[in-house]
Amino acid sequence: MKFRVHVRVTPRPGLLDPQGQAVHHALHSLGFSGVEQVRIGKAIEMEVEAADKDKAIAEVRRMCEQLLANPVTEDFVVAVEE
Amino acid sequence: MAVVRFPGSNCEDETLRAVRRAGGDAFLLDYRSGNLDGAAAVVLPGGFSYGDYLRSGSIARFSPVMAAIREHAAAGGAVLGICNGFQILCEAHLLPGALMHNAGRRFASRPVDLRIERTDTICTGDFEQGEVIRIPQAHGEGRYEATPAVLETLERDNLIVLRYVPVSGSDIPYNPNGSTADIAGICNPAGNVVGFMPHPERLADSALGSEIGMRFFTGLIKRLSGVPT
Repeated sequence: MKFRVHVRVTPRPGLLDPQGQAVHHALHSLGFSGVEQVRIGKAIEMEVEAADKDKAIAEVRRMCEQLLANPVTEDFVVAVEE
Repeated sequence: MAVVRFPGSNCEDETLRAVRRAGGDAFLLDYRSGNLDGAAAVVLPGGFSYGDYLRSGSIARFSPVMAAIREHAAAGGAVLGICNGFQILCEAHLLPGALMHNAGRRFASRPVDLRIERTDTICTGDFEQGEVIRIPQAHGEGRYEATPAVLETLERDNLIVLRYVPVSGSDIPYNPNGSTADIAGICNPAGNVVGFMPHPERLADSALGSEIGMRFFTGLIKRLSGVPT
């Protein structure tokens, strides 16, 4: 079966995120004064062929561990489109 | 000595030239090579391998040549990563930690003041312990970060090779990327794998006003030929 998988990679809490800070400042300059924090990561979408949903998730988690996320600085979340 | 060229490397020619000027034998090694062609040392040069896609060094890490480099390093062979080379070594887990976007959100291309923290690594034998040098640096992702446990190990086991230092009256900013603990370069516990962000190959010719960067390469060559430094 073919699954559409979404991966979200985000900088670890506590680590400085210069991109997020820059966008935070920009939002404030635009008048969005309610924004308290911005963190910027990556969204990766892929189509994966797998026997079932669990296998698709397990496979993509292995991809995250090996390549898509850096375990030192990033966290990741894997979700399958229903 | 092998200088590896990845797709997107851009400092390999200067690095080759610096090694040769330092009196060493050097050749370019293609990233697809399955072996090191007999080289006693490998240098991973600066640049933007694979366009820095995903994260700097994250894709180069899976190049065929990296398996040979991993083997060479495990056997105690000399491996030096400069700038993008350092990023690749961290992504390959040959060195701990990671290099993130500069804290100042800018690509930082300027000289930096550095203190030599160790003179017993493969490439720092031609410096004095604690010597402060100024060489160029140029990167967007050079902020060294590591887990608290790794940082503790680096300090305890004396694995920090180069640190950014404030120099009184200096005309350049100190620690321009916001690296944790002012770390500019580190080595593995055996001292045979070294990585740092600055570019010594860019200051290895007297025509440029200084050849201080050359000392990393003369040190490396002496180490390879067993000359005490």
